[in-house]
Amino acid sequence: MNEKKEPLLRAENIHISFGGLKALNDVSLEIYPGEIMAIIGPNGAGKTTMLNIINGFYKQDEGRIIFEGKKRSKKMKPNRIAAQGIARTFQNLALFRGMSALGNIMMGRTMKMHANIFSQALYWRFSQKEEIEHRKAVEHIIDFLQIQNIRRTPASTLPYGLQKRVELGRALAAEPKLLLLDEPMAGMNLEEKEDIARYVLDANEELGYTIALIEHDMGVVMDICDRIVVLDFGNKIAEGTPEEIKSNQKVIKAYLGEAEN
Amino acid sequence: MSDISLTFPHILLDNVRKFPASKIAMREKEYGIWQSYSWQDCLEQVRDLALGLAALGFKKEDKMAIIGDNRPHLYWGLAACQCLGGVPVPLYQDAIHKELHYIVDHSECKFALAEDQEQTDKLMHLKEEIPGIEYIIYNDPRGLRNYKHDWLIAYTDVQEMGRKFGQENPDYFMNAVNGVKPDDMSLIAYTSGTTGNPKGVMITHRMIADCSRGFLEWDNLDETENIMAYLPMAWIGDHMFSYGQALTAGFTINCPESTTTTFHDQREIGPTHIFAPPRIWENILTQIMIKIEDSAWIKQKAFHYFMKVANRVEKKRIVNEPVPFADRILYAIGRILIYGPLLDNLGMSKVKVAYTAGEAIGPEIFEFYRSLGINLKQLYGMTESCAYVSMQKDGDIDSESVGPPAPGVEIKISDSGEVMYKSPGNFIGYYKNPEGTVETMENGWLLSGDAGYITERGHLKIIDRAKDVSKLNDGTMFAPKYIENKLKFSPYIKECVAHGMSQDFVAVFIDIDFGAVANWAERRQIGFTSYTDLAQKPEIYDLIYNEILRVNKSLSQDEHLKNSQIKRFLLLHKELNPDDSEITRTRKVRRGFIAEKYETLINALYEGKDNVDVEAKVTYEDGRTTTIKANLKIRDVEIY
Repeated sequence: MNEKKEPLLRAENIHISFGGLKALNDVSLEIYPGEIMAIIGPNGAGKTTMLNIINGFYKQDEGRIIFEGKKRSKKMKPNRIAAQGIARTFQNLALFRGMSALGNIMMGRTMKMHANIFSQALYWRFSQKEEIEHRKAVEHIIDFLQIQNIRRTPASTLPYGLQKRVELGRALAAEPKLLLLDEPMAGMNLEEKEDIARYVLDANEELGYTIALIEHDMGVVMDICDRIVVLDFGNKIAEGTPEEIKSNQKVIKAYLGEAEN
Repeated sequence: MSDISLTFPHILLDNVRKFPASKIAMREKEYGIWQSYSWQDCLEQVRDLALGLAALGFKKEDKMAIIGDNRPHLYWGLAACQCLGGVPVPLYQDAIHKELHYIVDHSECKFALAEDQEQTDKLMHLKEEIPGIEYIIYNDPRGLRNYKHDWLIAYTDVQEMGRKFGQENPDYFMNAVNGVKPDDMSLIAYTSGTTGNPKGVMITHRMIADCSRGFLEWDNLDETENIMAYLPMAWIGDHMFSYGQALTAGFTINCPESTTTTFHDQREIGPTHIFAPPRIWENILTQIMIKIEDSAWIKQKAFHYFMKVANRVEKKRIVNEPVPFADRILYAIGRILIYGPLLDNLGMSKVKVAYTAGEAIGPEIFEFYRSLGINLKQLYGMTESCAYVSMQKDGDIDSESVGPPAPGVEIKISDSGEVMYKSPGNFIGYYKNPEGTVETMENGWLLSGDAGYITERGHLKIIDRAKDVSKLNDGTMFAPKYIENKLKFSPYIKECVAHGMSQDFVAVFIDIDFGAVANWAERRQIGFTSYTDLAQKPEIYDLIYNEILRVNKSLSQDEHLKNSQIKRFLLLHKELNPDDSEITRTRKVRRGFIAEKYETLINALYEGKDNVDVEAKVTYEDGRTTTIKANLKIRDVEIY
């Protein structure tokens, strides 16, 4: 399906250790433009570590990251990487609690703002025009996520499911080339999960975002992803379409253990 | 006034001529900003859509289903359909599959217009069973990218086809519009009905136009009015208010951003004219009460004090008696401290006239709004009369009547006490149901099915549905809705059903208002898991007990109704829901259905038991069902 295309991001032979613990051991994966790719695996498999390496929050000990055909320097700061077009959400919410939903999503546009603090403070013509443009983009996201009614509500007073949605909105506001979602559905009830799954699918299909996500809920993963990479104890044990993964013996073993023995 | 200007396509054309391009005809909040359309814009939208429909083969007298929230595009769809001499059939957007199936099948809709993916999915499901649906047109393309069918077309694509078709056939549109006559059918409004299948009420352009004029003259309304269009488009009340009256006078029609932002949007708009069923007024009152309970002690005190003042003043004002000087001073202070800020918060500070219609409103709720200074009035009508029978006039308000006959309406009471009337809005008949029409009409008089009488002031007073009014065993008159409306003044009671026909006393089922009661319980540290659990807490029974005492006290003051005080009650384990057919989409209680479904509960109330087991089926909007089991307590109430 996507195999003929050039990958948007390629991670090659990634190794990383924390002290004596080998968190990732020779893991390679590709993310192709336009797909929804999932990284799954039991607790402690190294999923979040992989995401942290992709967005440059951790530096790999060995191996390399190639983004849009160019090798990324290990010295590159996470904010530079974000500016290159990789946005993410967090497993534990990381919103500005006192800020409104609108303000939080607006923060996602920071990378794209050019006016400096002085012209912004004076609201000169250029910054006014810029502000209006950014607000427009943010309003489209608010419409997309159907959160018009909480636009002005402080993030901390929102229910958990909505906070997650606002966080997704903030990541979308950066208009990333690659969107990383760390357990977007953790702690949600079935209805909230179905909602978020819908938005993730729509972000992919309607807005054309390339998405890599980590998720525990196998049902959701199987339903919405094009391709799945399975990690277990820092090793990649399988890769393929949801159908292939479902019938993969190694994956079943990793998840269910070997009860028979 | 020429005859032809009684059709809505012509009224639209007239508005384009009459009003300057700067006059805003419609607004819709989108992306956080109010997007405006002039009458010229509206006409272009309607014309392109109409021509597009024509290009797809839509013909005179064809029917088109319309389903979705209030959007300018859907109102334009209504107009476009009428421009071709077609008949729009608006549907309730929250109706379940079975109901939609019946209506779409019965009305033989060839076209269907949907707001978004949710509604499109419903229609596509219907199309599998009803092959007569030729095309489905959708407005919001979101989520529909992968739906590929020849018969599923985007709104904008239809308009594009229309522009092309218009170039090839430049006279087509005007010829079609001129072919529409005032006595052509302009709408089929399906009534939800408390019994049996919905009935399709056939309405003409002339009826809507005549009644709209009657309304406008009654209250001196003109093109300066600003209104919110947020009621279901399938309800005749919305059609009269947001379409009939709005086009006839040239109101500015405002469509909210989404159903959840309606009240916030209303505050931004500050409408001058409001039309809402009692349930909306009840909801707002409940919201106010919750917020007051959450506010600081001093604010609560001030609110309750000044509401007492306002109530006292309104009691004088309503009967046109002078208000004592001291109260006038207090009222003026109250306006600054309480009423003004409250009205501003509700977005009602600019309201010239507001109506409650569709159901009886509890007198306490009615007086609450009037005492705040809102000119709230009652109106009585039915779908069969374009909601145009009687309404209250400024300076002649009565909280328990629905006012004198509207201009051009004659009302009489039959020997059995049933209200009958002749209204310019009286319908042609029920679509494909001549037997039903015959049953409802008697020598040109329309039988309302409501029991009522004319008061000394010449006002119509509705007691209840004629078939619901009955007697207790001791001969006392029993009007269930009257008692229910008194109960519903309580913010903690959402719905209730009073029983008493051929019984020794009155007993009620109560549905708590989950939001309000949950809030009340939380402040008192009462834990609960679900609606059912909360409803069965002894503390909640105490809370409702006191509300019932209040109603009993008020009933005891009425010589005729003294014996119909409530003696027993129970709190239901689930909310009454239109999806379970317990109430209609416009929230009228279906008594027959409830009597059958909850027979064991009713028996328990009258057999003197103090609790009863229940098992009930719950239907979800998609048609799935599940059962709830619970044990309900029954409580006795003191009477006066």
